[in-house]
Amino acid sequence: METVTTDVAIIGAGGAGLRAAIALAQAAPSLRIALISKVYPMRSHTCAAEGGAAGVIKPDDSLEQHFEDTVGGGDWLSDQDAVDLFIREAPKELIQLEHWGCPWSREADGSVAVRPFGGMKKQRTWFAADKSGFHILHTLFQTSLQFASIQRFDEYYATDLLVDEGRCVGLVAIEMRSGQMRRFDARAVIVAGGGAGRMFPFTTNGAVKTGDGMALAYRAGVPLKDMEFVQYHPTGLPSTGTLLTEACRGEGGVLLNKDGRRFLQDYGMGPETPLGKPELKTMELGPRDRVSQAFWQEQKKGRMVATKWGECMLLDMRHLGEKKIDERLPLVRDMSISYMGVDPVKEPVPVRPVVHYMMGGIHTDINAATPLPGLFAAGECACVSINGANRLGSNSLTELLVFGRRAAQSAIEYVAQGGHPANGGALADAAQARLRELMQRTGGTETVAGLRKEMMQTMEEHAGIYRSGEGLAAACAKLAELRGRYTHIELHDKTNVYNTDLLQALELGSMLECAEAVVQSALARRESRGAHQRVDFTARDDAKYLRHSLAHYQGSQAPRVAYCDVVITRSKPGVRDYSGGHA
Amino acid sequence: MSERAIELEVLRYNPETDSAPRFQRYAIACPEEWVVLDALNHVKESVDPTLSYRWSCHMAVCGSCGMMINGEPKLACKAFLRDYDGVIRVEPLAHFPVERDLVTVIDDFMAKLARVRPYLMPKDAKAIEAGEYRQTPAELARFKRYSMCINCMLCYAACPEYALIPKYIGPAAIALAHRWNQDSRDGGREARQAEIAATEGAWECSFVGACSEVCPEHVDPAGAIQQVKIRSTVDWYTRHLMPWLKK
Repeated sequence: METVTTDVAIIGAGGAGLRAAIALAQAAPSLRIALISKVYPMRSHTCAAEGGAAGVIKPDDSLEQHFEDTVGGGDWLSDQDAVDLFIREAPKELIQLEHWGCPWSREADGSVAVRPFGGMKKQRTWFAADKSGFHILHTLFQTSLQFASIQRFDEYYATDLLVDEGRCVGLVAIEMRSGQMRRFDARAVIVAGGGAGRMFPFTTNGAVKTGDGMALAYRAGVPLKDMEFVQYHPTGLPSTGTLLTEACRGEGGVLLNKDGRRFLQDYGMGPETPLGKPELKTMELGPRDRVSQAFWQEQKKGRMVATKWGECMLLDMRHLGEKKIDERLPLVRDMSISYMGVDPVKEPVPVRPVVHYMMGGIHTDINAATPLPGLFAAGECACVSINGANRLGSNSLTELLVFGRRAAQSAIEYVAQGGHPANGGALADAAQARLRELMQRTGGTETVAGLRKEMMQTMEEHAGIYRSGEGLAAACAKLAELRGRYTHIELHDKTNVYNTDLLQALELGSMLECAEAVVQSALARRESRGAHQRVDFTARDDAKYLRHSLAHYQGSQAPRVAYCDVVITRSKPGVRDYSGGHA
Repeated sequence: MSERAIELEVLRYNPETDSAPRFQRYAIACPEEWVVLDALNHVKESVDPTLSYRWSCHMAVCGSCGMMINGEPKLACKAFLRDYDGVIRVEPLAHFPVERDLVTVIDDFMAKLARVRPYLMPKDAKAIEAGEYRQTPAELARFKRYSMCINCMLCYAACPEYALIPKYIGPAAIALAHRWNQDSRDGGREARQAEIAATEGAWECSFVGACSEVCPEHVDPAGAIQQVKIRSTVDWYTRHLMPWLKK
């Protein structure tokens, strides 16, 4: 097997991976960086983020308020030391992006503009119209091109981390173009592989988001933290799951039931605010978990609008007017017309909650370090945790910048401690043998598409906005079964060049492992908190569950779920109030 | 949900098993509102798992799924079946080598993009602590549209010059160089000129304008290229006819 020797290998070249690569190249120019991604960097899903990135910049705002919003928004499951670090670094990272040329939207005086976002008490979301993630990704990617020490390996799919004597010493990856495996010997590895929303059938996530980074770390013995917390974004287009940004509501859009009532006022997010004058942190600017849960409740009462894609609420933006919609939400208008045939200037758009983001992920500390020496993680695949039980919109783009850079700093410090990479050769050979077995297997009884469909149905049915112990137990059994059957899949395509049948089989393996961690952690958490709502345990239970879950990989068996403490520095768990001060 | 029967004629080529590209037909039933990408995904999932193509976001922003659809460069996620009659022919993007099926080799574009130095070379360096550069909405508007390029390369597939002269640096790379040149924070125009105003740069363009017609993000690379030509002409006169004028 051909071997690439490098100093720091980064898996994933989206926002977090690119930010880490640039930080490494700037702070340690002598280090060789291998930036490895299963897609070209600009195809990474960071590009699909629309609304913006949070960071305190305006004089009427304060770090303390960003702290409070984030911790309360996360239903007190966020680590408060991590949140403190995050909110302090946030404005610097956003200014850094500005200095790299990111085309942030501006005020008339040339300063950066900010917009309101759900669960935020002040306007602090920096934005580039409604393509904020796209501009962040391309700014980072193009900026990265100036650094010769960043060597890219585009369209390489990482299959295994190499762990020797308790340290991560590299990885193996398949070069898609040739189908050949390459071994990367590295002194440190950063995983920035993104989320896993494709476990679900209805998601805003692009095809690439299959939890590969999470599964890599998990199989290497690093626990996955807080996996039961899956965010539903309230406003997806029902036909495709395409996201309509929360900025639709930030700019003043409202949510209606079939009777035209702004029903959020009936779910602890009222009283109603005047039309076209959105008030922060109430009504349509409530947090995503609460808004999605209100939809579910309202649907049960039969107050939703029937469409050919299922029951929907209506997102009404007509009162914003054509000029504002075109200036602030051009993509939203374009997609509503293209994919739904509805012009938001003229008609309300039917929308429904859609799987959007994984709060959980690879267990890291505040320095982006995992418990496995030499392995670091950042971005959606990681769980520090600043997001707790529910992420606030616009915190994640900032998170991948802050912790992408942090992961780079930690990797530099780790590499400086010395120690040569151990020999991962035997491990790499074993990985290659496993891949060969999959490629050459005959007489298999299962297909990738068949198992994937059953997995998605299971997740949709039992791991959605509201869950029950009974349903989750059934989901655990089903996922155990699917993982067993996965060992009997047979590929239709046994050739080498750009084999997407193979790629999808490996991605399915990652998703099944992540999905099992989700449902097992959800079954174990017998309370309701943030995005994890149990119909059989409806209250938050701080005495038992003010703790992070940690799912430990157990091979072909179900994971072992353990817990660790939440770091609480100054905000004691309280009541989440989104009544706009009317509680 | 109303369904219609469609037939796709897809170019297939696997360098390991095929001596030459061939077409394969797939007849499927689809909901009326599907895009070509949905139809391909259906084929991949239910009919033929060996079909290879790139895709991810399904919202015209990741730029992965550029392909020729009935001979025109399109994003498969924005090519609506309702706009097509009869057999729909799907081929890899023109003017790029085929890696396999609908997957092209894009090394050439990636190298050209890097060559134009598509990053900010600050006119005045600034510390983070000093805050953001001021940039008015009018200054932002001077480059914003060129920053919308998703690198889908439809413009290269449409460009007759790129077909004839593979060394031509091409529409998207020039538009992106122009994007940085037009940015009020940038001072790197001269460094970029060597690439984009050279013979293999903007001057290769014969202003057919096909690039701007096919651009799914309305970037208008043709307009950018013409502006680059004008600026480089001014540069030439300044240098040769009025040497006493400092640039």
